[in-house]
Amino acid sequence: MFSVFKKEVTSFFSSLIGYIAIIVFLLATGLFLWVFPGSDYNVLSYGYATLEGLFDLAPWVFMFLIPAITMRSFSEEIKSGTLEILTTRPLSEIQIILGKYFAAMFLVAFSLLPTVVYYITVYQLGIVKGNIDSGVVMGSYLGLLLLAGSFAAIGIFASSLTGNQIVAFMLAVFLCFFCYYSFAALSQLGLFVGRIDDVIQSIGIDAHYLSIRRGVIDTRDIVYFLSFIGIFVLFTKTSLESRKW
Amino acid sequence: MSVKVDHLTKLYGEQKAVNDISFEVHSGEILGFLGPNGAGKSTTMKIITTFIPQTSGNVTVSGFDVIDQSAEVRKRIGYLPENNPLYLDMYIKECLEFFADLHGIQNKKARVDEMIEVTGLTRESKKKIGTLSKGYRQRVGLAQALIHNPEVLIMDEPTSGLDPNQVVEIRNLIKKIGKQKTVILSTHILQEVQALCDRVIIINKGQLVANDTIDNLQKSSSGETALTVEFKETIEKVQLQKIRTVKQVDNIDGNKWRLISDKDMQEDVFQFAVSNHLTILSLEKEKQSLEDIFRTLTNSSK
Repeated sequence: MFSVFKKEVTSFFSSLIGYIAIIVFLLATGLFLWVFPGSDYNVLSYGYATLEGLFDLAPWVFMFLIPAITMRSFSEEIKSGTLEILTTRPLSEIQIILGKYFAAMFLVAFSLLPTVVYYITVYQLGIVKGNIDSGVVMGSYLGLLLLAGSFAAIGIFASSLTGNQIVAFMLAVFLCFFCYYSFAALSQLGLFVGRIDDVIQSIGIDAHYLSIRRGVIDTRDIVYFLSFIGIFVLFTKTSLESRKW
Repeated sequence: MSVKVDHLTKLYGEQKAVNDISFEVHSGEILGFLGPNGAGKSTTMKIITTFIPQTSGNVTVSGFDVIDQSAEVRKRIGYLPENNPLYLDMYIKECLEFFADLHGIQNKKARVDEMIEVTGLTRESKKKIGTLSKGYRQRVGLAQALIHNPEVLIMDEPTSGLDPNQVVEIRNLIKKIGKQKTVILSTHILQEVQALCDRVIIINKGQLVANDTIDNLQKSSSGETALTVEFKETIEKVQLQKIRTVKQVDNIDGNKWRLISDKDMQEDVFQFAVSNHLTILSLEKEKQSLEDIFRTLTNSSK
């Protein structure tokens, strides 16, 4: 598994993908948080010592960025036929999938790392220095990592379905959007309100992400994210094995 | 035995890609897998390499079942798939080290260097695979298939798309490697089989139509030999028919005759010429070419 991980990480950084992913993420969040005047996310004009803007914005950036990172993971192997020389080696499908999954997560974590600078900046800028709720920030980072993990699992799955990277990308973007946002929105339909709206809401990623962001680490949310990732890893395994049907 | 295929059948939906094939390959043997396009060569190879499972039948590699003990099988086979897929954005060494890692090879750097030398890639070893020519890519393909020193080497059309020089180089390489291993290679180039293989398996439409050595195939399928002989002098057909071993005489043109027999008749023809004071201008033994055998076998089962 580690050799697959190593190979994938190397290929991220020997091609442009790795650098572009990091730059795009930092540029997008950086512009909204520090440059664009009057935007809802602008830290400087918001007036409160929080990083709420970053954590509101990041899921939407990841929704496009993570599918772009993961779209080639299996699609390229399927298209070029290298899947054949990879899967006839003495390693299991799960090892291949996890190797690729953790490589994508490594890249995502790597792109999140520089945002620690944002935290330090806000920390220093507080009228009373350090007037930022560090617990909330840490919880939010954890939530964001779990959310990224879910998106990456979706992306890898979409990539295993097709040899076409564009199809894999679009499918992954849609699935990420649907799992993140739609359940909360759908629960507001007149049909559900007052009856099962809370159940529907809790299927979506959004509800659990918001819950962790409060800075309270609830095992229910952790279990939700881990099962979500696990389910998509299993979907990917099934999809890879479908050639054997 | 190294590879044993027993009543192998593979269905794609309703279509029978491989239909009840059985054969064995022993170590130290190079087996040619011959057949027209779509005959089921690649499918059989994919099953042996554990990439796809069969519908029915059994396949074992060095005694390990490809379904139940697939991990053991995968340790023991080297596979060069059709069209030689490779990671084009990787460097040769990087790619080979990756595969060496997957096999848990100790001392992988030395092994990679050794493979680069064996496959003649030393001069190119610092390049990216994507920048290599087709012949060199094929060498990388061979190197990745051989990196873990497998007992069985399976190659799907290893020389397709190469120029004549590269074809010869790759064939020599295969021959060199094949001495210590079990090699199965598929091709639809007949000269390749003649140049490389100890034994030939011909399949057509998923069915086994021949499994023999090349010499035997050339003998058995005809059963009789033909001789083309040209005399300087004009002679009568009746005279030739008197030769003891000759069964049938055809006039090709002028003084050129075609003699057919089920025995060796060269000696008798010479004797005949000497005793009748005839001069033989040319004498040629017709050998049925592999092309003919291939065509007969693959057409008859239509």
